[in-house]
Amino acid sequence: MSLTNIRQGSLALVNVARVQSRGALYVAQSRIRQMMKWIWIILGIAVANPVLYLVSVGVGLGGLIDKSVGPAGVDGVKYLTFLAPALLAQAAIQGTIDETVFPTLEGFKWFKTFFSMNATPLSGKQISYGVFLAAIFRATYTVLLYFGVMWAFGALESVHAWLAIPTAIFAGASFGALMQALAAKLEDENIFFTVLGRFVMMPLFMFSGTFFPLTSMPSFLQWIGWISPLWHSTELGRHLTYGHPLSTTMIWVHFIFLSVMLVGGLYFSARIFTKRLAK
Amino acid sequence: MFIPMAVAIADARAGKRGERVYSGRVPQLLERGFIAFKSSTYMIVLSGFLEPVLYLLSFGYGIGKLLPIISVDGENIKYVAFIAPALLATSAMNGAIYDSTMNVFFKLNHDRIYHGMLATSMGPLDVALGEIGWALIRGFAYACAFMAVMAPLGLIISPWGLLAIPAAVLIAFGFASCGMAVTSYMKSFQQLELVNIFLLPMFLFSGSFYPLSVFPQWLQFIINLFPLSHAIHLVRGLCLGHIDFALLGHAFYFVVMIIIGLIFTTKRLNALFMK
Amino acid sequence: MSNPLISARGLTKKFGDFTAVNGIDFDVFKGDSFGFLGPNGAGKSTAMRIIGATSQRTSGSVSILGKDPEINGPQIRAHLGVVPQQDNLDMQLSVVENLYIYGRYFGLPRKFVKNKIEELLTFAQLEEKRDTKVEALSGGMKRRLTIARALVSEPEILILDEPTTGLDPQARHILWDRLFRLKEQGVTLLITTHFMDEAEQLCDRLIVMDKGSIMAEGSPASLIKDYSTKEVLELRFGSDRNQSMADSLRSMCDRTEELPDRFLMYTDDGEALLEKIYAADFHPKTSLVRRSSLEDVFLRLTGRTLIE
Repeated sequence: MSLTNIRQGSLALVNVARVQSRGALYVAQSRIRQMMKWIWIILGIAVANPVLYLVSVGVGLGGLIDKSVGPAGVDGVKYLTFLAPALLAQAAIQGTIDETVFPTLEGFKWFKTFFSMNATPLSGKQISYGVFLAAIFRATYTVLLYFGVMWAFGALESVHAWLAIPTAIFAGASFGALMQALAAKLEDENIFFTVLGRFVMMPLFMFSGTFFPLTSMPSFLQWIGWISPLWHSTELGRHLTYGHPLSTTMIWVHFIFLSVMLVGGLYFSARIFTKRLAK
Repeated sequence: MFIPMAVAIADARAGKRGERVYSGRVPQLLERGFIAFKSSTYMIVLSGFLEPVLYLLSFGYGIGKLLPIISVDGENIKYVAFIAPALLATSAMNGAIYDSTMNVFFKLNHDRIYHGMLATSMGPLDVALGEIGWALIRGFAYACAFMAVMAPLGLIISPWGLLAIPAAVLIAFGFASCGMAVTSYMKSFQQLELVNIFLLPMFLFSGSFYPLSVFPQWLQFIINLFPLSHAIHLVRGLCLGHIDFALLGHAFYFVVMIIIGLIFTTKRLNALFMK
Repeated sequence: MSNPLISARGLTKKFGDFTAVNGIDFDVFKGDSFGFLGPNGAGKSTAMRIIGATSQRTSGSVSILGKDPEINGPQIRAHLGVVPQQDNLDMQLSVVENLYIYGRYFGLPRKFVKNKIEELLTFAQLEEKRDTKVEALSGGMKRRLTIARALVSEPEILILDEPTTGLDPQARHILWDRLFRLKEQGVTLLITTHFMDEAEQLCDRLIVMDKGSIMAEGSPASLIKDYSTKEVLELRFGSDRNQSMADSLRSMCDRTEELPDRFLMYTDDGEALLEKIYAADFHPKTSLVRRSSLEDVFLRLTGRTLIE
């Protein structure tokens, strides 16, 4: 049996100031390492998802729609071109939510890893930011892959199209931050996933002008789009990829909406993390 | 000598056919399902019903603006009436798959409920039929509820449409018995995720949202190997009143699925618990 | 003596190349409290599952109430109450619902089960928790509920696989008390355990198992008498000196055992031996004189401890 040495002492070994300045990065690093275990599956899904949706809905259904609406097009373009930016934003949102909600529940409840992290010099705020950063990492490469697929399908018409990459990630970040705060508050997650999936994500996906212009919904349902980060990001994405008309005011409105959600989400998430860890 | 009642009951079944795998306790297992259901969260129950309705509203009316009329076998029908039966078939599939994969996996590997059940005088076929039976009751309830939404919207064109309810139960039966068989071979949650990876493309390509005729012949052939397109054809044919012998063929596909699924499930449960 | 309730001859179970149970023989009589003592992996649980008619043997014969579990599985299971090593209560149901539905699984009539439940709740001291979801119960309560559940069919034989593993000392004692009461009522108990105190407390007769085979059989007292001395002296010299001290002390008594952290000396008078050791100018860091236990029997038989 070999024995461990406890000669140097932790005061000499641990650089507390360093941890205090870079803690969030350490947390993100450990999350990303976790993610890497499944990286091929994640990447596979990240490519297969857009291909399947674009072929089935974009090309299959799109072909019939293009014939039906004639040369006027949907929002002036082919259905596939119209649909693609919305799916891009949706992919970013789904990616960030997977990487914020599950690790947060895992850290607080399932494996309680956050409590052991918090027993080191890492603070609750740093843990919260670290998890968030790792989620942005996931959203980024998901969106990049998706964008590549869109390009291959010829769904990009504007030279500014690449700017839809950051706007999609922006939507993921805003929604992800908010959901992370919510997940951190949960004591009982039993019905949370059903509620999140079927009462939040599903309706947002269906009613945010993803598959058809929001204006073709009856007006009493249009509000779902207005509060949906997916719609705000999709509007920006459509403007950038094919020149969907958007007034300067509206561009600002979309940006401000997403920014407020992001800042608020991060603020509450850090606060709730700190509080729950100290409980 | 005093004979406990449980022993007398088991002894009375001695010598019956299949007594080692089946004890006629399906009603008791349904009773368990009902007790568990009474205290389950109604939100979850409601959400299973809501999903197809949301699709119906969103695709039916949203896409319906862009594509008001679709032609099936030379007949023009409203787009929303075209997708509604497909959504009924798909939700029958989803419900059955959820009950027979996630739910069963948890009971099998996490809570180990089946271990407890099989330590009594019941057999594995009791458990398999009981679980699947419960999934069918739920499937039946959801199908009725969805039909109750479709009917006032004028989406059930033919009186044959009433048969869509038993058709949905048949579809659920097929998926549940195969789902349970597959789940009994799964060792981890990650493997279970594979089921979902298989379901998404099937959902997207089985002709829920447009006729399969938009695809080239070879792709149509491949799609028709999988169960969902048969489910959609069956329910759509009944709701639109397009009745022909092909419908019997689609129904037969599910009869075969049910039999194969049950055989494998019983075999596998026997191997798992009697090894 | 009457016919045994359970009888096994040459019972063997293989999983591929691995032999879990290797040709064991034993007889359990009505009213016995019969134990299987051995470390994890000794083959106890496998033997229990064969008796419980939920596992098929590879060879040998087993008879339970004159029936073969492989042929009359459902009939035999109707006679048994099974408490598995891992609780498998129905997490979606409450305490009462668990008892109720389990009785129904045996095909028992509703009315019978409903009357039985009240009795079982009292027995398991769970009257106040009757409508609580199982998930919210403590480990000890879950265990008591599992035992109560096993009794719903009024079985003649109760099989308990590691009944108190994972419980705190207080919960163990409550559980042991409940099992004593069953024994008093004439229920035949089959218990596997790797705790020697549990085996000493609960079993009239036991077999010591290791690596699938029976090493010894008898009552706890007779096993201790046959395989150990009356007392044991435990000495600690510090981790780097135990070995060298052992070499010089070995001649001072009939039998010794060296464990990684301490040195055991078997004798009928521990205090006298300790005095002799001090007189010979040996100075252990700690010393303890205690009575021999089944742990020592196992150590003698296998050269290993029960809990590793």
